[in-house]
Amino acid sequence: MGQKALETWVGFFILLAIAGLVMLAFQVSNLTRYQGKRTYDVTAQFDNIGDLKVRAPVTMAGVKVGQVASIALDPKNYRATVILRMDNTAHYIPNDSEASILTAGLLGANYISLTPGFADQFLKNGDVISETHSAIILEQMIGQLLFSVNKDKTAGSDSDNANKTPN
Amino acid sequence: MITFVQKVGRLGLSICTELGRASFFLSKSVWRKPRTGKKLHLLAHALFNSGVLSLPIIIVSALFIGMVVGLQGFNILNKFAVTSALGSMVALSVVRELGPVVTALLFAGRAGSALTAEIGLMKATEQLDAMEMMGVDPLGRIMLPRLLGGFISLPLLTIIFCAVAIYGGNLIGVQWLGVDAGAFWNNMQSSVDFRLDVMNGIIKSAVFGVVITWMAVYQGASAVPTAEGISHATTRTVVYSSLIVLGLDFVLTAMMMGGW
Repeated sequence: MGQKALETWVGFFILLAIAGLVMLAFQVSNLTRYQGKRTYDVTAQFDNIGDLKVRAPVTMAGVKVGQVASIALDPKNYRATVILRMDNTAHYIPNDSEASILTAGLLGANYISLTPGFADQFLKNGDVISETHSAIILEQMIGQLLFSVNKDKTAGSDSDNANKTPN
Repeated sequence: MITFVQKVGRLGLSICTELGRASFFLSKSVWRKPRTGKKLHLLAHALFNSGVLSLPIIIVSALFIGMVVGLQGFNILNKFAVTSALGSMVALSVVRELGPVVTALLFAGRAGSALTAEIGLMKATEQLDAMEMMGVDPLGRIMLPRLLGGFISLPLLTIIFCAVAIYGGNLIGVQWLGVDAGAFWNNMQSSVDFRLDVMNGIIKSAVFGVVITWMAVYQGASAVPTAEGISHATTRTVVYSSLIVLGLDFVLTAMMMGGW
């Protein structure tokens, strides 16, 4: 094989590898997903964020409008401070919107859902979402349910007794 | 008892000498005055031998490994009705582990053994000595391009392996078993991180490339110059480099998982 054919093959090999790397970067991994997009940051405080993770999606009416940039514990009031990185394309969100942490599916990952408010002012960089709803913790809910069922039972028998005693 | 201790000591000493010799060999071959331009055709030749000629086996085995991971993953995930996670499962297992390790093992068998046999035969037929007599340094002329060729080819082959294997998983999962294409690619993108998963896989394969090529070239250069010696050296290359790849893979993975 001549030197020219050999070099052509080597060039083909290197180009193939570059094409593979491009595919791994753009199609397989999240490299370019949020870079180049202009964003603005909004803060929201929650009593309990449940299983929320960094990079979880932020949605409005099911449409993705941003992602969770960071999660930290506020040292003063012991609430979770979540910074939402919103896409600039969604710049028209009223600043009295509510943020709630929901779960995708029964056991799926948590995400933040925004419910639009009625204000004329839009959210902008550095704003704080004051109206928030915590994550629903399945175990707590089951516990409360059991507790309230028991309480109903005992309350019912108590009131029966209370009704009976005067007579 | 004393003889046993003595044997252990001799083994330890010989391992140390061998390691030292191999290190000197590597540093003498690689750290030299750069003379780019003139010797590039030698590097092209080495890249052709260890890279291009390994392409068919890499592509074919990548396709089949991707397909089998897709099939196995589909059967497991189907039990939990989360076949939409097939994409992330295929991509993560291929990019993190299967890609670097399987490519390295195939490379050791395909290119490493060829390197050892070639250099060993050069030594047995006294070509290396003849070269030295003519005033040509065999370390620069023979070893360096082959070492560099191996260092460069293995990461490139790993990238190609990963891309083809993921395509194979897509072929089985989406085209044959009917997983939703959008869910397949979208879940893959949201769970694969470029730096943590893809780059770490490539770093692993770069380390494997250095180890395998070093082992292969050194074994060839230090082979006993007989037919039997070359066959032993070739066997040692494949066995040792496979073992080292598997062991190093564990160490590297532990380091990367530990947030290094």
